[in-house]
Amino acid sequence: MIIKPARRIRSSEITDQEIWQRRRQLIKAAAAGSGLLLTGMSGIARALYRGPGKLERIPGIYETKYGEDLKPTAYRHITSYNNFYELGYGKRTPAENADFLKPRPWTVKVSGECEKPGVMDIEDILKIDQEERVYRFRCVEAWAMVVPWVGFPLGSFLKRFAPTSRARYVEFTTLYDPEQMPGQKRKVLDWPYREGLRIDEAMHPLAFMATGLYGEQLPAQNGAPLRLVVPWKYGFKSIKSIVSIRFMEEMPLNTWRRIAGDEYGFYANVNPKVPHPRWSQKRHRVLGRGLFGSKEDTQLFNGYAEEVAGLYKGMDLHKNF
Amino acid sequence: MKAWKTIVFSLCLLPLGYLGLGIYREDLGPNPVEYLTHETGAWALRLLLVTLAITPLRRFTGWRRPILLRRMLGLFAFFYACLHLLIWLWLDRELVWSNMLEDILKRPYITVGFTAFMILLALAVTSNSFSMQRLGRRWKQLHRWVYGAAALGILHFIWLVKADLLQPMIYLAVFLLLMAARLPGLPERKPAPFRRKVAG
Repeated sequence: MIIKPARRIRSSEITDQEIWQRRRQLIKAAAAGSGLLLTGMSGIARALYRGPGKLERIPGIYETKYGEDLKPTAYRHITSYNNFYELGYGKRTPAENADFLKPRPWTVKVSGECEKPGVMDIEDILKIDQEERVYRFRCVEAWAMVVPWVGFPLGSFLKRFAPTSRARYVEFTTLYDPEQMPGQKRKVLDWPYREGLRIDEAMHPLAFMATGLYGEQLPAQNGAPLRLVVPWKYGFKSIKSIVSIRFMEEMPLNTWRRIAGDEYGFYANVNPKVPHPRWSQKRHRVLGRGLFGSKEDTQLFNGYAEEVAGLYKGMDLHKNF
Repeated sequence: MKAWKTIVFSLCLLPLGYLGLGIYREDLGPNPVEYLTHETGAWALRLLLVTLAITPLRRFTGWRRPILLRRMLGLFAFFYACLHLLIWLWLDRELVWSNMLEDILKRPYITVGFTAFMILLALAVTSNSFSMQRLGRRWKQLHRWVYGAAALGILHFIWLVKADLLQPMIYLAVFLLLMAARLPGLPERKPAPFRRKVAG
């Protein structure tokens, strides 16, 4: 099927973010009034948060309850403060170098311990039902933001490829192409970037594949066209611009652990009680809150302990950092 | 010389000016505290390196006037180091003293940064003519610690970086070059005596 490009939206047509948020409350009130569940509602709810109309809008986004009490960080902050060394080593440089990365055409290869390996085109991936989830995002560098992602649960996506009983881990790999990713011309990291999850982590309902944010397709600097989002782990686990997914029996060696295994582990769960060897993780700064009072206490599993703590029952979180 | 001093003084205030303007316009990006911390730290290091360039400059060119600017440049390096520390204590550590002490003792990059600051503090308070006279020969020995302060400042930068060492390595290269320029046996030029402007 050919997906027609969406009509260009004029800026006059874009509803102000605040009005959208109020509209959201109206929808909620109406839904509550009629006793409907918000998740999996029949019909398609409108995207709640909208970008500034810079990139193509994602049509037919389902509404969910995830993060309905969180206040998203402004689009301009989310898209101008990025750790994406492939597009540059400063916080601002990935946005400046965004045009190098061409998110179309794009394919994702799925291989390893599964019965139905294959290659999936991004256009087909975008045909999967897309939903919006507002998640906290906590970087290992002790800053944080709140992002209204668009995408789909990782678990149900992975099940399409029928992982076998030997699939105990999943490894994800970012594109390697120094022409599209000028940061790869310097060997600062061991390219391509790799990350991994234990299979039960990957199958957890909170694990998410993002194709967009603020209702629009992902900007290059945020990991276009497809990235992982694991909200209870430090940001570096949420690998960007994925081209390969592999089911593995052995624990994959993720990039940061490869270059500094004493500082970055495999699990990288957000935990205020386990400091980074060079800095404390007790508190973090929320982006876009100005000079004063922008710091908050960091919560165990980034505030998702209720949902994910069971995954790590009996594990020493200091040892398995 | 007075004109020179005024010009260099104004130039040294420019970073403060653009940071101040940024604060006023709320134009410092998503993480303004980090931005201010990094900028003031970088300017402290840059001015420290400029200060360390004065002696080699005289040695190789015989040009003496810049030596009269050295104290001012050093004090400006200290000034930006003060802002850097103040922003960290106040906006980053939020004046929680127990956390700060823990950081200073337990985090090596903070330990070396703080040590560099303490050295600069000692040099700044003894930078006046009175101290020079009182300390006599020991003054020169004391002020040689500026090399240690610069080295620790650069180490502080190297140790806080996650992976991309390019920038701190540039500072380190400049520092090593300036130190090498002090080695004996390099061709030099005898400083010319100060010339007074003759009226008329």
